[in-house]
Amino acid sequence: MSSEIISEIRRDYIVNLLKEGKRTDGRGVTDIRDIKFEVGLIESADGSAKVSLGETTVIAGVKIIPGTPFPDTPNSGVLTTGAELIPMAHASFESGPPGEDAIELARVVDRGIRESGMIDVSKLCITPGQEVWMCYIDIYVIDYCGNLFDACNLAAVLAIKNAMVPAEQYGKGENYPLPVTCTPISVTAAKIGKDLILDPNFDEEHIASARLTIATDDDGNFRAMQKGGQGSITLDELSSCLDMAVETGIKIRKIIG
Amino acid sequence: MDNNNARNTREVVVPGDKLDGSNLKPGENTYVLDGVVRASILGVKMVRQNTISVIPLGGRYMPATGDTVIGMVNDIGSSNWMVDIDAPYPAPLHVSEVPWKVAFGDTSKYLNVGDVVMLKILMVDESNKISVTMKDSGLRKLEGGRLVKISHTKVSRVIGKSGSMIQMIKNITDCRIFIGQNGTIWIDGEGLNADVATEAIKMIDEETVRSNLTERVKKFLEKEIPQDEEAEENKEGDE
Amino acid sequence: MSGHSDIVLVDEKGIRIDGRTAEEHRHVKIEAGVLKNADGSAYVEIGKNKVLAAVYGPRECHPRHLQNPTKAIVQCKYNMEAYSVGDRKRPGNDRRSIEISKITAEALENVILTGLFPRASIDVYIEILQANAGTRCAGLTAASVALADAGIPMRDIIPAMAAGKADGHVLLDLNKEEDNYGQADVPLAIVPSTDEIVLLQMDGNMTREEFDRAIEMAIGGCKELYALQKAALKRQYTVDGEEDDSDEQ
Repeated sequence: MSSEIISEIRRDYIVNLLKEGKRTDGRGVTDIRDIKFEVGLIESADGSAKVSLGETTVIAGVKIIPGTPFPDTPNSGVLTTGAELIPMAHASFESGPPGEDAIELARVVDRGIRESGMIDVSKLCITPGQEVWMCYIDIYVIDYCGNLFDACNLAAVLAIKNAMVPAEQYGKGENYPLPVTCTPISVTAAKIGKDLILDPNFDEEHIASARLTIATDDDGNFRAMQKGGQGSITLDELSSCLDMAVETGIKIRKIIG
Repeated sequence: MDNNNARNTREVVVPGDKLDGSNLKPGENTYVLDGVVRASILGVKMVRQNTISVIPLGGRYMPATGDTVIGMVNDIGSSNWMVDIDAPYPAPLHVSEVPWKVAFGDTSKYLNVGDVVMLKILMVDESNKISVTMKDSGLRKLEGGRLVKISHTKVSRVIGKSGSMIQMIKNITDCRIFIGQNGTIWIDGEGLNADVATEAIKMIDEETVRSNLTERVKKFLEKEIPQDEEAEENKEGDE
Repeated sequence: MSGHSDIVLVDEKGIRIDGRTAEEHRHVKIEAGVLKNADGSAYVEIGKNKVLAAVYGPRECHPRHLQNPTKAIVQCKYNMEAYSVGDRKRPGNDRRSIEISKITAEALENVILTGLFPRASIDVYIEILQANAGTRCAGLTAASVALADAGIPMRDIIPAMAAGKADGHVLLDLNKEEDNYGQADVPLAIVPSTDEIVLLQMDGNMTREEFDRAIEMAIGGCKELYALQKAALKRQYTVDGEEDDSDEQ
């Protein structure tokens, strides 16, 4: 995300602290920042959530409208995820159509939700082959202080869990909760020097050489991953990232209920 | 700095607010409309002698001639460096204003992107173009330590009355501390002590209206770093 | 303004569908300083409208060719989020947003002391989280609080509120139904210290008399809003009513 320059002093300070297993905000290497959330705040959406992960804040809204199914899945609802890095959120974000960072972000969040089968799309059929529910998840970053992948995943997941299919509005029977099967949670690790940390803040994210986002389901199985950054990760590092994603996923599920 | 009248009752004003002060002259961050002085910025009303003005509570740092600032090099030219000093304008540092003899095109051998420097504002012209220098005593490239960013409006509080606050922090924590008028502060010292100094400075930055700040900062410092036995010898403390 | 419908918007007693009288505005909530990164920010609710505004600057203006050597330029971006309206709005710019952004920037520029910052840019971002008629006014109201919160020098804070006409009655601050089925809408923004008008639009059908009444009502609404804007800014600097301070300087 963005090519912010972090001063040499700041970089050295972060790296030196990490050698003692400490971080600038007082966290341990595997600690994530505080999660705060509010659901249902946008009444014009069919489901919504505002999530703060530390000082990073994002809002996700779900809109569900009748539409035409894809020819190859005539009886399934359609899922679309978008993310907007609006200039409100950080001085380095510019207005205009989504750039590669926003597109990668949306696709990674989408993958966790889609591949985990979180939304049971088979229950979103209105008339087989003709009309299904189209489920649009739109995520807006309003304050960017690092680790958008996990903040956006959380906001999307909470907004989906909060969503009702607005059937009455379209004369398609009674409203019902969006059919949800599980809670996919993504956990992002960043690599700084030889150290791995979870939930990187802004500065950490900008000096990290590599990043790995892993989404797990309720059973601790892996459902989506994305490695980012120019650096590399070793097999051992991968292994500990996988362990951390499972453990932290359990913790986060407890927090969001 | 004269302190008569400094103990005004603190009144927060917003742009457009009337500053009732009949017979007072309009000072900084005010304007006159139909003979009435009004605030032109969010801040605290201040009356000194016969002038009424508003001390900003926030906003960007605006460079003033003679200020010492701490900034980061964010671009390099063949005869200058661009330094980000958190002002609305970048501060170009020309090769003639550094303590080294730099050959044309050799700029990156001396200062690179990401380097942090302590500079002095030489001049701000009428169109707000800034010139800075690194050729004065105490000015330098900063290495090691850590940076803390606070609101530039709180710098005077961190320094305290004739330097009392910062001197106290330096004495108790035994840290080297440089303060930029732009709100960037550099701290170097032993791990725990530097943590405490950082916390103390952040505490001052976050306090908006509470009184007895010096007392409370002192209490905090002494709690974190017990000053037992022989009163420690104060080491050198620059600035 | 689609004109006539069977819906009764104002009953015999002059009460509107949401229980308001003609001269009442919807419930207003204003908070200043709600975002971490932005130099200034504000959150505003007016009825069911939910709006965030953020300000960055004054900062170096880019693209450079937009720089003005004598003053700062004010750039505004009004954006409706996809889920803010009944049907999903496709993200991105549309002609309506561009127009609203332009008139909002012009209104704000009127009160900002731009001459203090030659060549710089002051950037205002308005995000509509939830829309229910009156978002441009709510957006401008939020933006001026965000500007003051950012410590931008300005001569006043701008409130904005619309008046309109529905069921033949002149009403303050139209809600969605009144806007959809009513006969006119007049968004207005003023500089309260001078009563100058800095934003005015009108669509629909009004007599001179009705229009005058609408302006009078909108100005009244703006002045009430203005008090709430100022209170929100001052609230940030008041801790539990304690307002003392000693070691200044």
